[in-house]
Amino acid sequence: MIEWKHIEGKNKGKVRLYALSTCVWCKKTKKLLDQLGVAYDHLDIDLLSDAESDKIEAEEVKKWNPKLNYPTMVVNDSKAIVGYSEDEVKKLLG
Amino acid sequence: MATQAEIDKLYEKLDREAEAGGYHLNPDIEFAKDLAAGLLTNEERYGYQACPCRRASGIKEEDLDIICPCDYRDPDLNQYEACYCALYVSGRIKRGESQAHTIPERRPPKEVRDKMKEEQEKKAKEGKGLSILPLPVWRCKVCGYLCAREEPPEVCPICKATKERFERFI
Repeated sequence: MIEWKHIEGKNKGKVRLYALSTCVWCKKTKKLLDQLGVAYDHLDIDLLSDAESDKIEAEEVKKWNPKLNYPTMVVNDSKAIVGYSEDEVKKLLG
Repeated sequence: MATQAEIDKLYEKLDREAEAGGYHLNPDIEFAKDLAAGLLTNEERYGYQACPCRRASGIKEEDLDIICPCDYRDPDLNQYEACYCALYVSGRIKRGESQAHTIPERRPPKEVRDKMKEEQEKKAKEGKGLSILPLPVWRCKVCGYLCAREEPPEVCPICKATKERFERFI
């Protein structure tokens, strides 16, 4: 069972953050979302079992970012931001 | 989980080795130490220091190219002044004249990597040209160091990458 971590905050639509627990750019993205006070769901791919992370990558991440690198943030099932981009995140959610 | 003392120790070793080889760690020490912690986490998890900013497969042979320092560090330093995770940066960034930021992923997807490896092996097998050389030439895939000897060295004398990171060049 894959468990997303929900962070409470202002509702700016459906915000999902696919990340790695060891990745510093992913941590910076989480911090930025926390600073903006936005509600979001986040998942650390590297903390799942191999089968679970393969499934998530194949069924979800690949659709938005075929390179499968992190952080990959998907907003409202319509736009993806790959990598840490303060400007893009603020423009979309700030 | 690594202790702060272990993280500090790895950071100091990486910094020393980087400077000795003409490389630089990210001047944001907190950022660099966070990456050092990630390397230790991955060492514990997989048995080797895979890049903290990439998903490792856990199969060492498949992850050789992303063991830190990765095969993509030097081209990324040339093009973007920082490696993918930004542990390593250019002299300009080190001196505070520029800043590290997220860069695109240079590592090809698995299907492409598998194909490249197959072609490389085929080429080496065919052994075209230069076959009169008395010794094979080995290339360190991390820093480009070349040496002509029966086998690659145990550790690259320039960047400290291990023997398995070498490829037959000629």
